[in-house]
Amino acid sequence: MGGMGWHLIRGWAILVYIFMFLPVGVVVLLSFNASQFGSFPMTGFSFRWFVELANNDAILRAFRTSIILGLLTALISTTLGVLASLALVRYRVPGANAISTLLIAPILVPEVVLAVALLLFLNVLGINKSFALLLFGHVIFTLPFVILVVQARLVAIRRDVEEAAMSLGASPMETFFQITLPLMLPAVLAGGLFAFTISFDDITGTLFWKPGGVETVPTQIFAMLRNSISPEINALGTVMIAMTVGLPLLGAAVARKISRNSGA
Amino acid sequence: MSVEAREARQPWILLSPALTAIVLLLVVPLIFILVYSFWLRTATGADVAGFHLDNWQEALTDPFYRDILLGTLKIAAITAVVCALMGYPAAYFIARSEGNKAILLLLLMLPFWISYIIRTMSWINILGVSGAFNTFLMWTGVISEPIQMLYNQTTVILGLVHFLLPFMVLNVFVSLDGIDTNLEDAANSLGATKWESFVQVTLPLSLPGLAAGGLLCFVLAAGTYITPLVLGGPRDAMFANLVFEAIITQLNWPLGSALSLMLLAVLGVLVMIYNRYLGMAQLMKGLG
Repeated sequence: MGGMGWHLIRGWAILVYIFMFLPVGVVVLLSFNASQFGSFPMTGFSFRWFVELANNDAILRAFRTSIILGLLTALISTTLGVLASLALVRYRVPGANAISTLLIAPILVPEVVLAVALLLFLNVLGINKSFALLLFGHVIFTLPFVILVVQARLVAIRRDVEEAAMSLGASPMETFFQITLPLMLPAVLAGGLFAFTISFDDITGTLFWKPGGVETVPTQIFAMLRNSISPEINALGTVMIAMTVGLPLLGAAVARKISRNSGA
Repeated sequence: MSVEAREARQPWILLSPALTAIVLLLVVPLIFILVYSFWLRTATGADVAGFHLDNWQEALTDPFYRDILLGTLKIAAITAVVCALMGYPAAYFIARSEGNKAILLLLLMLPFWISYIIRTMSWINILGVSGAFNTFLMWTGVISEPIQMLYNQTTVILGLVHFLLPFMVLNVFVSLDGIDTNLEDAANSLGATKWESFVQVTLPLSLPGLAAGGLLCFVLAAGTYITPLVLGGPRDAMFANLVFEAIITQLNWPLGSALSLMLLAVLGVLVMIYNRYLGMAQLMKGLG
């Protein structure tokens, strides 16, 4: 392809890439700024804000809360999501379309509305703002994403491998644990990683559900923003960027390795 | 039990945990707040069960709520349009590029994985009084004093576009990537210019993806709570901020329920119109 039009489109696309990356790049740049203000000009290169970050108890507590919450959310959501995906991909279920729509409904309901409904309903049942409420909330809005991701990958697993195992004398249980599960592992990992990342990143629902005094990393950042941008927030941003970008990339690499090994 | 009956039961056993979770944690709570929205809040703080239209009357007729709802829908619409204008050419570039499409797409999706609150606040580093832009303008001598560019409706929209653009690009890309390029070549060989074949062949075929991206951007923007608080001024509250105010600050749960359902109803109507004409399958393609 060539011509004037294509050059324009390419130029526009480059501008869009810059638009997406510039603010993020500036966060990373400023996190290494030696100045005591979280802003320009750069006065020198320094790791001091990362050191301060590592000594900030509130942030460390928030990290621990977010990681525990994310792991539990991923565990529950992926278990529910993988079972549901198996049913939808492997069986002919009457009303499959309606069921799929119901399962992805939490994406279509605005998060504030979901947050209000869950908060009020569980309150009537005697469950107040608590870690349990946070966990329920995170499970419900990560579940659709897990189902979408896992389903897309399950479709690619060929059924005849399992049938071959069964015809060679494996029981359904043996077939599941020795054939199906290893083949599904990349899908399961992808789903879990997706759930963890979405849970780790959530702020709106979390603000409705969290008990007083408990902060996750995003709500902690939000609370710190009330004052002004401190260099610590930029450093925290850099750590989060490294985590949220690095972790999925690592996960994708691991998943590819596993699927390659089991495919051999 | 016969083998067939067991076969027929198995998918339901697999589905039941997820369906139970959705019903108990989403469907029933939504029905519950519908009931709750007809209850009455009293001065003592205990809500009285019953069937009262007071909350709905307040939510629907108070010009304060109406104006913020309309303002929210306006911001969401502008965000969706800007996302389309910025995202469509970018998605077209990726879909028709001779380079590695997967890498180009992944690169644009990367910010999607970066924390929403970090991405939102990162604009303060760019547009703030001592941000990159002001520093640059002062350095070049264009201005002598920093200008406050933040905390208005434009910066709220900017933050939302930055947050939602990947959704648009992904949806349009999925649509464009599925179009047989032979169609465009055929149009060209029949005498259409590149522009004509784009407008008459490619663009119409990619409209479902554009609509899916637009719907997602609109719905997600209309439900935003954080962006106006970080990048907006005191007068830039959006509807979700009102809901939070009613529920968490004023503890007026019946009114908060009514306001939540109002937002859900407006956005629900849009999703249904979309579903009627294009179906949910298109939306799922771009999400998965």
